[in-house]
Amino acid sequence: MDHNLQAKISRRIAKDSAMKWLFGSAAAILVAVIAFLFYGIGADGVDRLNLSFFTNFGSRFPEKAGLKAALVGTLALMAVVIPVSMFIGLCSAIYLEEYAPKNKWTAFIEMNISNLAGVPSVVFGLLGLTVFVRAMSLGNSILAAGLTMSLLILPIIIVASQEAIRSVPDALREASYGMGATKWQTILHVILPSAIGSILTGSILSFSRAIGETAPLIVLGIPVIVQFLPTGPLSTFTALPMQIYDWAKRPQPAFADAASAGIIVLLIMLVTMNAFAIYFRNRSEKKLKN
Amino acid sequence: MSSIQPSEKARTRDIIAAAKKKERFGKLVPYLLLAVTSLTVLATFGIVYTLLKETFTFFTHINISDFVFGTEWAPFSNADPSFGVLPLLIGTLKIALIAILIGVPAGLACAIFLSEYASPKVKKIVKPIIELLAGIPTIVYGFFALTFVTPLLQTIIPQLKLFNALSAGIVVGIMILPMIVSLSEDALSSVPASFRDGSYALGSTKFETAIRVVVPAATSGIAASIILATSRAIGETMIVSLAAGSTPAFNLDLTGSIQTMTSYIVQVATGDAGYGTTIYYSIYAVGFMLFLFTFLMNRAALYIKTKFREEY
Repeated sequence: MDHNLQAKISRRIAKDSAMKWLFGSAAAILVAVIAFLFYGIGADGVDRLNLSFFTNFGSRFPEKAGLKAALVGTLALMAVVIPVSMFIGLCSAIYLEEYAPKNKWTAFIEMNISNLAGVPSVVFGLLGLTVFVRAMSLGNSILAAGLTMSLLILPIIIVASQEAIRSVPDALREASYGMGATKWQTILHVILPSAIGSILTGSILSFSRAIGETAPLIVLGIPVIVQFLPTGPLSTFTALPMQIYDWAKRPQPAFADAASAGIIVLLIMLVTMNAFAIYFRNRSEKKLKN
Repeated sequence: MSSIQPSEKARTRDIIAAAKKKERFGKLVPYLLLAVTSLTVLATFGIVYTLLKETFTFFTHINISDFVFGTEWAPFSNADPSFGVLPLLIGTLKIALIAILIGVPAGLACAIFLSEYASPKVKKIVKPIIELLAGIPTIVYGFFALTFVTPLLQTIIPQLKLFNALSAGIVVGIMILPMIVSLSEDALSSVPASFRDGSYALGSTKFETAIRVVVPAATSGIAASIILATSRAIGETMIVSLAAGSTPAFNLDLTGSIQTMTSYIVQVATGDAGYGTTIYYSIYAVGFMLFLFTFLMNRAALYIKTKFREEY
């Protein structure tokens, strides 16, 4: 065999295996970065995670600062976001998948939803500030923040629900019509029950986005040091990411530890929600197989 | 065959009446749903309307060409406030550029590894980790940049300031990585296996196949993923607010404090600028620019993806 050719081939093979390692190490570095991030924050914050951290309000003194108001505020915020965004999101997905005629208005709505998904969250904050906080004079309340957050995650919920509804086999629809059910009955009793797993998966992931989102809350003027618990939808509040942002900004290192501890709490909430999302996904996959 | 009893007749009538009532409701349903769906359109109009309205008010205070071409951004100066947006624009571009330089090569390498090299087992481990990375709130990344990445970089570059564009840009690059990986991986995976088989049959190595056959065939999807990721980097707020500082800078220095369009909005919102002041309206003008940039980039990404999609 030609020596040159042989050398060329072994060079190409060597290059191939070198590149494999290069590409693989990109993935490995990515995994290492996330490990480093979790380790660094975990090591700094874990000492602050005691009972008083959860039962204290925010404070000027880092040792006394706790996230009681923030934790309750985040839950209250979710109590607005979940029903509002689920209702609008599900109605939109059902309309677009089951009823919408193929015309320009439908195409416009679809294009509009994909545009909305790309709008930076801080711009949603400006919308909320003008419309909810000022024009509807809701102030920096749970309701104003909840409505803003609902709009922010709406595109994700709609797209996920559309995909879930689309994946319901037509045979189920036809069987339901064959039994004499109306379209609405079919949607309510056949399509939604079989799509609900995937709908929940997408929705839970979008709720976890809403829990961690900070920029819109800042623009809405949500305060940080709140010494009371919210009493109703119109009451002022603070939320977990706002509290973390405030602690992270302060120069004292003890506040950085509090921020780390707050991040641990936030991440635990998100991981739990993700676990639920995966559970619903697996369950709906099993159901579709049967 | 017995004849139908009168009582059965009445029951049938009831059933039909109930069905008709349901049908009437059923006819209403699409209109009710359409009304709710139209709220999403209303949201977009709300965004465009509020941004435009307040931006117009801003331009009654400030000359539009001073805003677009001005090189000094000093809204808080009492003696001589100036609203030239170029420093904010440059700050934003610095962040986006560093983020792309970090995110695109690493993201593409990762995507090629996952779609061309990784065994299903490795894929099953790495993909959820990338999804996890995508779900981390940006406030966490911002804290990470400020407390871990900046000190680390300061050991290499001693003159690096506490707030700097470099550290924030690198972490924004890490933040957009999952997006590039998953969108590019989708594009690479959808290239038909017959392309690869043909390339192997001609004697190509895996690397040659990936670079000369698979990647070119997936170009439109990869380009779209890069544009979308850039748009995300431009709109990113928390990382830059925490780690990049709040000093508008009209220069090319990466080691010092800068201000981006997003972090200016945050600075005003956390400050005490009153309603109706020029500063108050300025965040809408900056927000409108931000909206315009991200909107155009998202449309461009969609256009490239659909227009140049290879049909197999």
